[in-house]
This record gives sequence, structure tokens and C-alpha cells, in this order.
Amino acid sequence: MTEFLFFFEVVLAGMLAGTMYSLVALGFVLIYKASSTFNFAQGAMVFFAVLAFVGLMELGLPFGVAFVATALLMVAVGYCTERLVLEPLMNQSHDTMLMATIGLGFVLEGLAQAVWGVEVRRLDLGIGDFPIPWLVDNLGLFVSALDVTAGVVAAALIGTLALLFKYTKMGLGLRAVADDPGAAASIGIPLKNIMLAVWSAAGIVALVAGMLWGARAGVQFALVDLALKALPVLIIGGFSSIPGAIVGGLIIGVTEKTLEVYIGPYFGGGIEGWAPYVLAIFFLLYRPEGLFGEKIIRRV
Amino acid sequence: MSDKPIFMTFARSDVTNFVVLMIVAFAVIPLTVGSDYWYTSILIPWLCLALAAIGQQIVMGYTGQLALGAAGFMAAGAFACFNLELRVPGLPFAGSLLLSGVIAAAFGVLFGLPSLRVRGIYLMVATLASQFFIIWMIDKFGWFKNYDTSGIITAQDIEIFGRPFTSPVEMYLVVAVVVIVLTIPAINLTRGAVGRSWMAVRDMDIAAESMGISLLRTKLLAFAISAFYCGVAGALFAFTYLKSLEPVAFDIKLSFEILFMVILGGLGTINGAFIGAAFILLFPVVLNSLGNTYFHGMIDATIMSAIEQVVFGALIILFLIYEPLGMSKLWTNLRQRMFSRKRAGDARALRKPAG
Repeated sequence: MTEFLFFFEVVLAGMLAGTMYSLVALGFVLIYKASSTFNFAQGAMVFFAVLAFVGLMELGLPFGVAFVATALLMVAVGYCTERLVLEPLMNQSHDTMLMATIGLGFVLEGLAQAVWGVEVRRLDLGIGDFPIPWLVDNLGLFVSALDVTAGVVAAALIGTLALLFKYTKMGLGLRAVADDPGAAASIGIPLKNIMLAVWSAAGIVALVAGMLWGARAGVQFALVDLALKALPVLIIGGFSSIPGAIVGGLIIGVTEKTLEVYIGPYFGGGIEGWAPYVLAIFFLLYRPEGLFGEKIIRRV
Repeated sequence: MSDKPIFMTFARSDVTNFVVLMIVAFAVIPLTVGSDYWYTSILIPWLCLALAAIGQQIVMGYTGQLALGAAGFMAAGAFACFNLELRVPGLPFAGSLLLSGVIAAAFGVLFGLPSLRVRGIYLMVATLASQFFIIWMIDKFGWFKNYDTSGIITAQDIEIFGRPFTSPVEMYLVVAVVVIVLTIPAINLTRGAVGRSWMAVRDMDIAAESMGISLLRTKLLAFAISAFYCGVAGALFAFTYLKSLEPVAFDIKLSFEILFMVILGGLGTINGAFIGAAFILLFPVVLNSLGNTYFHGMIDATIMSAIEQVVFGALIILFLIYEPLGMSKLWTNLRQRMFSRKRAGDARALRKPAG
């Protein structure tokens, strides 16, 4: 029984860690849905946002003010990206856009470090990264409070975004642009505003993801590498699907935790580093469009 | 395709370029450059990284496959060379280099397999797997590191025909010979039938396939040759520049740097690999010395490297917007402006960037 409970704990920890990947992946999906651009800079945006947030907190701003200020900063980043990078490269191939976002990622990482410095910072959200006593006492389960918070926040964020997409005019426009940008533009949907909205939303999602990651692992450059793991999440879930990002994150989280706990010891550990990518390769071989993605059809 | 010659005939300008290159590489530089700094910190790493960039160029610039694992293949080559030197007595250094390239090529084929089904960022993720997996494998299995626990293994001395090559000038000569010997077939390959089929796949793979080009063979060959170049470059990098072997030296940062060399240097050109490698290598040196001259060390080194990152990223974006063909194209333009007689049918004008 305790073995089963332990297994359950491992799976649960994996799922909750997976929601953190999902949050990063969510930012990718938002931008991909609207503009078919793979935003490689999403990881850098996570790092940029949370570093700015911590930096503002250190300057003495209260939590709420720092949050709003950073959110506004991310909107500004989205605006600059739209004007300086995306607009000049409009109608270029997807590979070109991808390379441009790699460049954008380097700019954001570099800027963040040049302004706020490179030392590792602690971020205290007031939520401990330790097991919840109530669960330990009553069910014998060891589940971190931070993991649970991450799960709740992710669910709330995704719910809000889903409602916005479904019921606001902006959301309707966004779905139209995702469907066919040319047709959407021709009936008068302001493409630029939609892009700005999407990049801002992705920026704010990045901020939230960064705060949760930062509270766990410290605010440091390694966050960028952690965010890279959102890529296999996307491949498994499909690039254009919000539910896909969630399910993909859960699959990656559970797989890497169980592999690490049950198989890792035979290889001296460290499987977590590459297991998600190899899992993604298998998905690519059998289902390249991901679980929830649209089938990719290419013509001559 | 296979009945056509791979090695095409050469033009007169190729011969003059080659002669000038030989004179500069083996007479002018060894006779005029005296300081070891130039060899150990600039020329040797430049040539090694340029060789790796040629590998990246083949797979990305010519075949249009967005791969991001050059440093992983370099690590495979470096550690293969270390183990061959260690475990196979009597194997000459050139043999070790060649075999380590072949071993890296095997990894290249293995991790190039996903390219048959996917492209763009999907492929990038698949190649990232190679990067993380190869480094992890070397790190976790003691055999590769000869059960060394210190973490840093000293590379063996290079010995050719019983003569040790250990001074900076000698090492430079070894690197220069290898790089030239490998660059010439790279140029030939890209000009010949193989290169044409790579470019056809790059420009539109489905169209290429419908014209009878085997995607399987073409893409896997590109990955194999690319990884071969990266593997040899990695072995040279470890044996002549780092003089030690540690998996950390081949992390994802190096892969990104090699990617940048190719984009900035100019996609789809061999000289772009050399120009890009020189730029990525020299820019931080120049930036640091500027910082020291004008700010007298007031700027922290970490801030400097952050600024460097911003400049690289911004340059990538600027080049993609204004000159997708990279610095190599700028160089061609400059040359054409200087020698106003335009060469008719300059093949460079026809080249397109990846994608």
C-alpha cells in the first residue's frame, strides 16, 4: 500500500510540475494560434518578466504595484516586438520568423541581465515549497504547497483565457485571424491590435509562469533552459491547442518524474534532462501534429 | 544522380584563391605572427569553429534543416578522439580524427532521422534531444571519460609520424591543414550534384521529391556529413584549443553560437562559415578591449557578456530583415563595387536563404 501511495505521490508531483511547463507552453500557443509564429523567445520572456518583477520588488515597490508595472512592461515588450521585429518580417517563411525570435530571445536575456545583474535571486511569494501538513496528517501524502498553487493558478489562467477567447470581441477577432489572416484583415479586423493583444497576453502568462518557477528554483538564468522544456510539451500537445499545452505538460511532468524515480537510479540520474525530448521524438515519428494539433498538409 | 561526378572541375579563380590561401596560411602567418596569443586564442579556435560552422552550414544553409545540436556532435567527436587515442595503440592522429568524425556522423544519422518527417521547430526540438542526450551520456558513463573523477581530462599530445606537435605554431599548422583539407571537399560537394540536391530539398522538399530526389538519402547524407564536420571540429577544438575534455564545454550555448555564425555569416555559403565564426569569436574580444579602454574596467565582465548577447540577438534580427544572405553577401557586394566589372552569372546572386 505504501508503495502504491509513493507511486501516486510521484505521479501527482509530476503532474503538478507539469502544469508549470504548461504555463510556459501556453504562451507559445497563444502566439502560434494568432500568427503561426513559433516564439522561441517565450522562455526568455519568462526570465525577463520575473527578473524585472523581482528587481522592482527590491526597489521597494509593493507586490501589487510591481506586478502591474511588470505586466505593463511586458505589454511594452510586445509592442516593440510587433513593430520592430514582426512587422518588417511580415510574409517571411516560418523558419525566418523562428530564427528572428531566437534573436529576440537573446536580446531579452541580455537586456534583463544587463539591467538587473546576473546573481541568483530569491523570490518569496509567501507560499512554502514544502508538503501541506493537512494532507500529510490525513492522507499520508507529501504534496508541495507551491505545486498545488501552481496547479490552481494555471487552471484559473487558462479558464480566464478560454472565456476571453469565447466571449469578447477581441477573442472573436483573434479566432478569425487564427483561421485566415488574409480574410480577417479584409473584413476590417485590426491585425496589429490583435497581435499586440496576443503578445501582451503571452507576456503576462510568462510573468506568472516565471513567478512560480522563480519561487521554486530561484530567479536565475537556468529558467531559460527550463523553459526550453516547453518545446517537447508543445510537440506532444500540438502547437495550436490550449488543452494540448495542458495535457502535454502533464504527460511530460509525469513521464520525467516516474522515469527519474524508477529508472534513473540505474543510470546515475539526470534522465530528466533529456527524457522529454526523446519522448517528443517518438511523438514526432508517430503523430507529428501532436495530440490536439491540426493535421499539417503541405502542397507543392 | 549517382552517375554524375561529385567533384566538379575548377575554374581559374579557384586556383588563384587556393594558391593565395596556401601562401597566407603556411608562409605568411607562421613567419609574421609571433605572439602565441594570436595562435592559441584567435587562429586556432577560429579555424575549429569555422569547421563546425561548415557542418551547420551544410545541414541548415544548404539543406534547409533547422538543426540545433552542433555542439553535441562536437562533443561526440572530441570524446571519440580521446578514447581512440587512449585505447587504440598505433592509430595515427589523422586516423583518430577521421574515425571520430565517422562516429559523430553515425550520431548525426540517428538524430537526423526525425528530419524525414518533420521540419522547422519540430526538427529543432528533435536535434535538441541529441544535444542533451550526448552530453548526458558522456557525463554519466565513466568509460567515456576513462573513469576520471576530476571532471577535467587533459587531452593527449598530438603526435604525427612520431613527432610531437605541442607548440602553438605547430598546433596551428595541424588545424590549418585539417581545415583546408576538409573545406575543399565541402566546397566541391556543395557545387556538385549532391549540393544541388541539398538545395533542391531546401527550396521545396516536396517538389524535389517529385523530381526524383530521394529525401531519405539526401537529408540523411546532409546530417551525416554535417555531423562528420562537427565531430572533427570538436576533436580539434578539444585537442588544440581547450587542451582538455569536459562535456560542459559543449553545452547548448555553443550550439547557439554556431547557429549564429551561420546566420550572420550568410546561409548557404562556405565562406559565410568562416566570416561568421570570425565575427562571433572576435566581437567579444573587441567589445572587451573597447570597454577596458573607454570605461577602464568599470563595467563588470558579466554585464559585458550580457551586452554582447543583446548585440548578437539584435544583429540576427537586423540581418534577417535587411540582408538575409548575411555578411558573406556584404563582402560580395563590396568586392563587386571595388572591381566594377561584374562577373556574369555569378552563382552567388542566385542563392536564397533557408526556408
